[in-house]
Amino acid sequence: MLLHLFALLVAASTALLIFAGGLVTSTGSGLSVPDWPTTYGWFMFTFPLEKMVGGIFYEHSHRLIASGVGMLIVVLAAWLWKADPRAWVRRLGYIALAAVVTQGILGGITVLWFLPDAVSIAHAGLAQLVFCLTVAIALFTSPGWKRAYAGRGPLNPLDDGVLKKLAAATTAAIYIQIIAGATMRHTGAGLAIPDFPWAFGRLIPPMWSGPIAIHFAHRVGALAVTALVLATAGHVIYHQRSRRELTRPSLLLLALVAIQITLGALTVLTGKHYIINSLHVVTGAMVLGTSLVLTLRTYRARLTDAVRNPAYVHASRAGAAERTRRSEARA
Amino acid sequence: MRRGIHIGSLILAALAAACGGNSENAAPATPAPTVSPVDAATAGNIAGKIAFTGTAPKPAVVRMDSDPNCVQPGVTATDESVVVGSDGSLQNVFVYVKDGLGSLRFPIPAQPVVLDQKGCHYVPHVLGAQVGQGVEIVNSDQTLHNIHAVPMANQEFNTGQPLAGMKHTHRFSTREVMVPFKCDVHPWMHAWIGVLDHPYYAVTGADGSFSLKGLPPGTYTIEAWHETLGTQTQSVTIGEKESKDIEFSFKA
Repeated sequence: MLLHLFALLVAASTALLIFAGGLVTSTGSGLSVPDWPTTYGWFMFTFPLEKMVGGIFYEHSHRLIASGVGMLIVVLAAWLWKADPRAWVRRLGYIALAAVVTQGILGGITVLWFLPDAVSIAHAGLAQLVFCLTVAIALFTSPGWKRAYAGRGPLNPLDDGVLKKLAAATTAAIYIQIIAGATMRHTGAGLAIPDFPWAFGRLIPPMWSGPIAIHFAHRVGALAVTALVLATAGHVIYHQRSRRELTRPSLLLLALVAIQITLGALTVLTGKHYIINSLHVVTGAMVLGTSLVLTLRTYRARLTDAVRNPAYVHASRAGAAERTRRSEARA
Repeated sequence: MRRGIHIGSLILAALAAACGGNSENAAPATPAPTVSPVDAATAGNIAGKIAFTGTAPKPAVVRMDSDPNCVQPGVTATDESVVVGSDGSLQNVFVYVKDGLGSLRFPIPAQPVVLDQKGCHYVPHVLGAQVGQGVEIVNSDQTLHNIHAVPMANQEFNTGQPLAGMKHTHRFSTREVMVPFKCDVHPWMHAWIGVLDHPYYAVTGADGSFSLKGLPPGTYTIEAWHETLGTQTQSVTIGEKESKDIEFSFKA
């Protein structure tokens, strides 16, 4: 249980890091600290607080939070290695660690190379994957997931192929939409279409350029994601109403998508206000994480069967049998 | 934490001492003549004034409170992108010979031009330099700046000056009008440098005037560049020892 709570803390910290990263881009502070891994020649953790002024506040805070998240993921990976009997979960910890290290290096490279679009977009895309990994680990270490895994609770496999495909497609579409959003942000196309909900007063932009196309693609992507989320959540509510582990993330997903669309509209209408813009980024991560949880739950039985550690299951089942025997004896 | 800061300061001081508090980024050396090819006995001048017509925009107030070191009590900082004098003269216009010098090559001045960071502003806001000439960037503020040049033809650079008094000298390797400079710490800070392969350029001051002196006789394309109002060109012919006055007028 402690491990699960710690994994939740790591996931929450990663979301905070994504918000801080959004602030860096939204305030144009990405190059306010020109060196890396040092900060104006100082070792990162000894940089004087009184010098965290202007854009440095956002960039250096992002670096400090990133270091903190990196350390938390090191602890998480070590904890999983020591405490979790499932090899595939331990492996997920190592992958998260490798991903966060790569993410840090990408962040450094993008500063040293003056924020090339491709590297900055990769940095944004990998951030979401790191978040997904921490969310997945938090889910896999949760009591609810492990109960089914260890055979202590009813496996109750989900026999709904349509939902599995829908949920997986929704998660993939959200990720693609986030990459489209990152491309829009890092290529400076965030206000290429200055009005909302129209595009230059029309449904389809009357003129085209690279930035307008990127911006419009993000809007079309939002419609596609919304349609997929509605389809997935509608399917769950209509066909799987009794399964709370599916209805709860579905309802949360609907709420988050509504918030996300509102934030997207406000981002345009406020001329990219840096707080709203950054909230739009982190809410995107929340939408992705929630959809991922829903998807993984639809595949829970398959994941359990496919990667079951025989020794762990045997021990768990033996323990369950022992508990049953004792309770029967007491009775 | 205090000890950590102390160690960091020592590291920084050691770095600064190693570099003498300065840093230099040199463009590849290109052989240049040491003597001007222009015969001073026949050289002429082009001078003039830049006017602004229409209603001058009210300078926007710049909020600098994201860095308390930049805020001076009782002083309201304003945007420098369009500075119009009371007589309608336009300041910060870069005027230069765009074309007409043919294959003439000129010595590179030994003295650097200076771009100061003072009161969280670049001083001057617009300046010129020759290819290969030193551009000395100085931090006169009690706060830290990064100097981020974003050229198209030259090499981009971004360097930090965390301490007052630090200097960085850069030499541009190719002609470019204009090279934007910015400070990402203080997003209101912008400067522009015109990099040319000859010495015939000027920046208009408060009275909007400029002067291009010592030009050999010939026909020249003179361009006036302004950061928000665009560019204008005129063709001017000067004879031996002739001086001509020209005027540019930018509209709101």
